[in-house]
Formats: sequence, structure tokens, C-alpha cells
Amino acid sequence: MSRGVENREQFRPENHENEHFLLTTVVGSYPKPKWLNRANDLAEDPDSKFTQEHLHEAHDDACRVITNEHERSGLDTVVDGEMRREEMVEYFAHRIPGYEFNGPVKVWGHNYFDKPSVVGEVEYDEPWLVDEFEFTRDVASKPVKVPITGPYTLASWSFNEHYDSEAELAYALADLVNEEIEQLVEAGATYIQIDEPALATTPDDHAIVGECLERIVSGVPDDVRIGLHVCYGDYSRIYPELNDYPIDEFDVELCNGGYEQIDVFTDPEFEPDLALGVVDVHDAEVESVEEIKENIKQGLKVVPPEKLTISPDCGVKLLPREVAYQKMENMVTAAREVEAELDAGEIDLDAPVQSAD
Amino acid sequence: MTELVSTTPGLYPLPDWAKQDLSDLKGHQKHDLISGDEGPDIVSAYDRAREEVVSEQVDAGLDHIVEGQLRWDDMLAHPLTVHENVETGGIVRYYDNNNFYRDPQVRGELTFSGDVAAELDKTTDLLGDESLQAVLPGPYSLADLATDEHYGDEADFLDAIGEFLAGEVDAFPEHETLFLLEPSLVESPPGDDIDAQVPEAISAVADATDANVVVHTYWGSLEEKVYAHLMDADVDAIGFDFVAGDRDQTFYNINEYGTKDSIALGLVDGQNTLVEDPETVRERVEWTLDRVQNKTFDTAYVTSNTELFYLPENRATEKLSALAAATEEELEVEA
Repeated sequence: MSRGVENREQFRPENHENEHFLLTTVVGSYPKPKWLNRANDLAEDPDSKFTQEHLHEAHDDACRVITNEHERSGLDTVVDGEMRREEMVEYFAHRIPGYEFNGPVKVWGHNYFDKPSVVGEVEYDEPWLVDEFEFTRDVASKPVKVPITGPYTLASWSFNEHYDSEAELAYALADLVNEEIEQLVEAGATYIQIDEPALATTPDDHAIVGECLERIVSGVPDDVRIGLHVCYGDYSRIYPELNDYPIDEFDVELCNGGYEQIDVFTDPEFEPDLALGVVDVHDAEVESVEEIKENIKQGLKVVPPEKLTISPDCGVKLLPREVAYQKMENMVTAAREVEAELDAGEIDLDAPVQSAD
Repeated sequence: MTELVSTTPGLYPLPDWAKQDLSDLKGHQKHDLISGDEGPDIVSAYDRAREEVVSEQVDAGLDHIVEGQLRWDDMLAHPLTVHENVETGGIVRYYDNNNFYRDPQVRGELTFSGDVAAELDKTTDLLGDESLQAVLPGPYSLADLATDEHYGDEADFLDAIGEFLAGEVDAFPEHETLFLLEPSLVESPPGDDIDAQVPEAISAVADATDANVVVHTYWGSLEEKVYAHLMDADVDAIGFDFVAGDRDQTFYNINEYGTKDSIALGLVDGQNTLVEDPETVRERVEWTLDRVQNKTFDTAYVTSNTELFYLPENRATEKLSALAAATEEELEVEA
């Protein structure tokens, strides 16, 4: 069962112009300003006078800039663009006792990642994200969403030297994610997104992800919104099982595949809110507002407007920065126009997408 | 008495310095990957890296030495992705791993290439009296990883790949063994229409060399029927994954259908950084051989179950020492 609690209205802006409200958000990552990459290089260079403190300052500045960029695009909820993170597993593994790093491993060609090894019991030590959440919250005027790499992905994309099975490691990590969310909630976080891209590559493990989510949401107050992001999978293999996940929102890319899989979610009835990807993050061409409006209507085939969230397919970090910005801005404009059309009764909710003929 | 031979299925991680240098020399994008006609700076970096992984194997005391397949950006699809009549398509997932390779789209006849032979020639120059082990994808896996845009028929394509690989082997310098890696036999087993033809394609490759030929399978156990057909292949040994596999199914296959006079035992985990100590490897060898009924082998090849490139460099190197140490003493045969 999805959590069945109402926590969406808190994100409706005070001056929202339409009766309908399609919550607009992003998945998380954003292109880094070039100067930040230079700053990272300098901080690693032992001959440079650029220190870790300087780098911290650069990260703060980048978070300010990108949070502001999100706000300028008109998004209802914002993220810092994950300016402090280089990679979605490494970032957390560095903060979890029990992990060690042995060096880079190949992903493809000459693209590598520091795949960590779990060599002992994983433990919760210092908070992982509370400082960065507090910083972003203080510079933002909109509610801040916090993306966290999910325990199943943290387990799958590590070497497991210690636990009897990957599932056991994932459950241990899920308990840590639960502790982290408790800290974040205490600091005022209201919107948490669990990222589980590994589920797409091993959909048969959907029950393990379900058990992880049960542990993650244990004790989390109803007014804290919990989303789950998965991308580039064969969803017939995890639907309708995902209806049982204790989440408020399922965030999925479908724009990249031309909504070929949208009908998977229409039967049986979709239980959580749907956060639908309406712009493609692997295509540097900016979709027009009209095109995005049609994509949004695909979501109305699955859920009514009060359960539809609008989002890019995935993190936009691989796009040129100006393209990423324009996609967000067009996305927000499209959402507002669809809301107005819904207010005016111009969209037939029984057949929101006009057939091609 | 079963002779124990320590070896690996090849495809080593690049040394860390070479990851950096080659990444700077070649770039990170799809079109930057190995082409087969790389320039002198890249060739020289690979030469240095090859020298290093060969000496590591020699220093560790491995019985059979592989080239390391460091240039194989596309893993087992490499022999096709550098071929002149093959175009590379999109980046596709490599089995169930978080690894990707360029889809080799075969657009014309698979004529002789010589790319792998050239790598082995360079390796021979580095060796003294150590034994060279050649490594290739098996014909079924290579066909499975590729897209056929030329031959038009699954059976013809498999035959063509078998003949192509045989031609490549024919140009190899002297080698003690040839490992043909066939994970696709486990991961996407051949259907009824083609399964009887798989051993023929494998035999075609095996017949091109006087060396001992091992068909090595991994990521699970073989389906019964696939195994029964594989026994028809003209090879010296079949290799089994005893790390990731359903061991009971593997023992069932071996005890039901027999196996070749030699065997390869994938007993060290090529996909986990936990380094097995030599005693553990040794116990696994004995445990495994005990469960194969009424059989003494000419040779048992003791190896990692998979290629080694999944590991960071330091752990891959430590695994070599464990394999070598585990096979140092002769096997005591229980009467």
C-alpha cells in the first residue's frame, strides 16, 4: 500500500494562480558550473594553494547559484543540483563506516568509478546530508527536496565482502537511511526522494526494494513526502508490485521512450502519486511548451491531476547548462498552462491524450 | 593424478596509471574507444601496461600467462568491434553488469583480422619459458553479443563467427592453451533451432589449434540440454562457475553426462574484492573434485570464475597470488 497520506498541498505556492496544482520538481543533479570543476581539480592538486576550505566555499557558492537557477525557472520545489556530489554511490559510501575504497573500476571505455567495498558492518556516524540541506533551505525561498541514493542501489553498486547476501546489506543500509531521514526531518526537511536506479537493471528484486522502503519510512511523519525515483527499466516487471511500496510518489522517466510504457501503469489502478518525466535528459534539444503539455497529459492517463507531479526524466547533469535551464523553464510553463486548461474544463480526463487519427 | 594448473580467463583491469594515461590520450566518448589502428602513443601505453600485467602473473607464479586483453574496451565483443566490416552502434549493457560495450553491427564478410594475434605476438616476446594462454570469446557468445546485418540467418551467422575465430586462432603464435569464454551459454542459452550447432562452431575454432582448448562458462550453471550438446564439442575441458553458479545443477550435469578429460574450476570470485586465501581456494578445489564421481582428470585449471576487469587493480593482483599459491602442492589423491 502506498502511504495514503495527503502531503502535497504544502508545496502549493501562496500566490499560485490556478485552482489545479501540478507539483513541479526536479530529480536532483544539475550541470556543474565550469569553474566548480576547475576548483575540484585545483583542490586535488597538491602543488596548488587552493585548500579544502576554498573548495567548501566554492561548493556553497555553486549551491547558491543553482538553487537560485531552479527558483528562477519557476519550480515549486528545488534542489541544490547536487553540487557537492561527484557520484551517487561514492558520496554516501565515504560517509558510512564499514565501507572502504580500493580504486577505480571500469564502467565502459575509459569511464571509471570508485566502486567501494563493504568490509564490515555498516554504521551510522555523522549525518550525511543535514548540513547541505540546512544550507540550501537557508538560501532557498521554495521548499527543498532532498535526493538520497537508496539502499538497494548502494548495496548493488558496491562489492559486498561482509554480509551473507546483497539483500541483508541492503536492509542494513535501509536502517541507516531511516536514521538519516529522521535527522533531516528534525532539521525541517519535508520532501525526500529515494533514488533506486539499480532496481531497473534487476527488477526481480522488487520485493527487496519493498522491504527496504518499509524500513526507510518507519516512523517518518505523514507530512513528510517520500518519493521513489527509478529510471530506464522494463516497468511491466515491477508493476503492479510497486503499488505495495510505502511511498507517496513514484518518479519515473518515460519521455525518453516516447511513453511507450505508460499503459503499463493504467491497470490495475495506480496507487501512489505519479511524478512523470516530461523532458528527455539525453537529448540536448529543448522540447517546446506545447510538446511538454502533451507529455503531461500522458500522465493524466494514469492519475488524476491532484496526484500528478511534473519532473524531468532523470537528473539533468549531462546536458549543457543553458539547455537544462530552458527545459525546466518550459516544463514549468507547460504545467501552469495545463493547470489553466484543467481549470477551464478544456481537458477531457477520460481521454486526456488526443489520438493521432 | 590430476595436475593442477593455475590460470585466469584474462581481461584484466588496466593498471591505475594506464586508466588515467589512456583516458587522457583517448577520451571518454563512444567514438574514442579502441579502433584497431591506434596511434603510437596509445600503442606504447598499452605495451607498457601489457608488460606490467604479464610480469605480475609471472611474479605471482601463475602456471599459464595471459596477454591481459587490456585493449578490449568492448570486453568480449572486442574481436568484432575492431573489424573493418563491423560498425559500432550504441552503448549496450554487458550481460547483467553495470558495464557497457559498443554494439558490433556486422555489415560485411568477417574476413581475417589478426588483431588478437598481434597482441599475442607481443606477449610471446615478453615471456621466457612460461606458458602462454590465448583467450577469445567463444563463437556463441560473440554471436550473441553482436548484431548481424549481413549473414541474415542465425545459423549462418554462428558458422561465420566460428570460421572467423578459427582464422584468427590459426595466426596465433605458439600457445599452451586456448580459453574460449562462453558466458552467453548460461545467460541466454541457445534455443532448439541452434543448440546442436553450437558445439560444431566451437569445434571449428578448437580444431584450428594444437593447444589444449577450454570452453569456460560462467554466471550460473548450464541448462541440462545445453550441457549435453556442449559435450559434443571437440575440446579438452569445459569450465564451470562454482562461485556464482547453482552448484548442484553443475554437479548433476557432470555426473549425468560426464565431462571432458580435463576440467576448469572457476573458484575465485572475479567480481568481489574479498580476496580468498590460498587454503580456501585449495579446499574448494578438493571439495569440488570430490563431488565429481569416479573421475581423475588430466588437468584441473584453477581460475577465477569471470574476467578480472570488474575488480580494482590491487585486488585483482592479490587474487593472482592466491590462485598460484593454491596450486603449488600436488593434489593428494584419495585411494
